[in-house]
Amino acid sequence: MTKQEALYQYLLQLGDNALIQSHRLSEWCSKGPILEEDLALTNIALDYIGRAQNLLHYAGEVEGKGQSADQLAYRRPEHQYYNNLIAEMPKGDFAFTIAKQLLISTYELLLYTELCHSKDETLAGIAGKAIKEVRYHWTHSRDWCYRLGKGTVLSNELLQQAVNDLWMYTGEQFEMGAEEELMLKEVIGCDNKALQNKWLEMVETVLSDSNIKIPTATYNQSGGRKGIHTENMGHILSEMQYLQRAYPEAIW
Amino acid sequence: MSTDTQLDLWEVFIQSRPGSHYTHAGSVHASDNQMALQNARDIYTRRNEGTSIWVVPAKYVSASNAEDAGMFFDPSNDKMYRHPTFYVMPEGAKQI
Repeated sequence: MTKQEALYQYLLQLGDNALIQSHRLSEWCSKGPILEEDLALTNIALDYIGRAQNLLHYAGEVEGKGQSADQLAYRRPEHQYYNNLIAEMPKGDFAFTIAKQLLISTYELLLYTELCHSKDETLAGIAGKAIKEVRYHWTHSRDWCYRLGKGTVLSNELLQQAVNDLWMYTGEQFEMGAEEELMLKEVIGCDNKALQNKWLEMVETVLSDSNIKIPTATYNQSGGRKGIHTENMGHILSEMQYLQRAYPEAIW
Repeated sequence: MSTDTQLDLWEVFIQSRPGSHYTHAGSVHASDNQMALQNARDIYTRRNEGTSIWVVPAKYVSASNAEDAGMFFDPSNDKMYRHPTFYVMPEGAKQI
């Protein structure tokens, strides 16, 4: 694997995580629990789509075959998407979306803090913009965890169930593939493994402050970053890619 | 009008740039001050309108009564001399 191939792959992973999470959040549009939260979730979705656009645009440049961000986002088959499985989990109920956002945002907070120091200036620039957004996503989901966890018996139960159900998809975020090892060596990427302890500490703090128990299960599901997805992914793509597949080159 | 069941109402004030006054932007629903600030941020500063936000529980806003309008406001109708229009604006002063 050349440095260029590894960077392309690395950018696709980062970009796909943002793209798929954006899609899931956008499913809340017009379905939020209150108008204010509807806007909050779709605002976060827009932050993600902006980040995905930047990362996929840069991935296309690095690959050098003239692929645009749109082509990468809407024309690849399922096994060529490299997002973590947690991103493609269905939006579920509001507690599920909040738990998912906390688990992802805590990871992204650590990841993008590191990527701000990437030797690749473009990636460092994208990270510098992303980190401000991520801080807000993290704060927003943390505050909602407090409210749901310490709210009613039902809201606590729903949040606990969501955390239990999502837990086995969190470990994948800290895996290191061959492309990530190479990116780490080149001081472009970040050591995911090194983030895990800090992540766990931060997540544990928020959840215990929300009266939520940390799941003890240690089994982890993975495969997303190798292109092996859950059954959810095909459904996402059939909806997300429909327009570009039906009307190739369609523009706004 | 049906009863508002969506959490408490908060009034939102936005400062558009450092040093300038806060302007009433609208209102949001929220259960606490942090949620009110975040909701205000998401609704009223999406297009770069603000550098700072105040939120105030709407129940703490005291409003004047419409029937007091005559007593409150009419007496200032004919006091032209209160308008600072007889002064020369200092050169470069923008915030007066």
